[in-house]
Amino acid sequence: MIEFLQMGGYAIYVWPAYALTALTLAVSVIAPIRRRKRLVREISAIAVQKERSRSE
Amino acid sequence: MSQNPDTWLTRFHRLGSPPSFYRLAGILMPFIGIICIALFASGLFGGLVLAPADYQQGESYRIIYIHVPSAWMSMFVYALLATASAISLIWRMKLAEAVARASAPVGAAYTFLALVTGSLWGKPMWGTWWVWDARLTSELILLFLYLGYMALVAAIDDRRSASRAGAVLAIVGVVNLPIIHFSVEWWNTLHQGPTVTKFDQPSIAISMLIPLLLMAGAFKFHYLYTMLARVRVEILDSERRTAWVNTLVTSKAS
Repeated sequence: MIEFLQMGGYAIYVWPAYALTALTLAVSVIAPIRRRKRLVREISAIAVQKERSRSE
Repeated sequence: MSQNPDTWLTRFHRLGSPPSFYRLAGILMPFIGIICIALFASGLFGGLVLAPADYQQGESYRIIYIHVPSAWMSMFVYALLATASAISLIWRMKLAEAVARASAPVGAAYTFLALVTGSLWGKPMWGTWWVWDARLTSELILLFLYLGYMALVAAIDDRRSASRAGAVLAIVGVVNLPIIHFSVEWWNTLHQGPTVTKFDQPSIAISMLIPLLLMAGAFKFHYLYTMLARVRVEILDSERRTAWVNTLVTSKAS
């Protein structure tokens, strides 16, 4: 296990490369999911507001 | 009804309409996500654990499993961005505009990863983080093309004219793709030549090639997943005043 983590002495190059890739790919997936949730909330808030002003 | 048979053509046209694309993407995305995770798991296991060390580069070569897929995707996504742009210019197809807009930030991310992982590989192998040679410079230009596209589209308020301006930029930038691909053959460079995409005799061992292809597949599905998620956001945003979005949103909220 230790040997695996050392990557034959190249650990300081290999692991940062993998960590940065994992982070970038994860962020690019999470970002649109969060944006969609926010957008749905925003649009439904406007729809509710319109409904209320119509009934008044 | 009988006069309007449900041929593949009408089905294709319906797919291009925002509500049905939104729905279909929502159905497909979980499957795409599962395939993506399975490909990543098997590719990482094969590349980091099963594949032997390189006889020249030792363990440092393992960066190939993220560097090469990122670099391939950086060019593949650009080709797709340009194709979607051309379609949006010719047929004024809203969906193609959304695909183009959704692809740009993902393509920029792959290009960024190709550059940084290449740099982290170059330092131990070449003794330098960066050289201004043809391959590296043309890949950097690709990153600027993506960023330029995103800045241009964001700068124009009207959604459709923004897409049209961006489309022209994206199509002009296609010139860069063959330059990137052939740069290692046209100019002397530190960057090694192609190892996989010359099919006469791939100069890579099969135990190294399989994980590389699995990782390439994983990146493809990653792109597909996040692109569809982004297109869905684009559709919701541009169709926010339509009845179907209102029904969708209020049924979800209640």
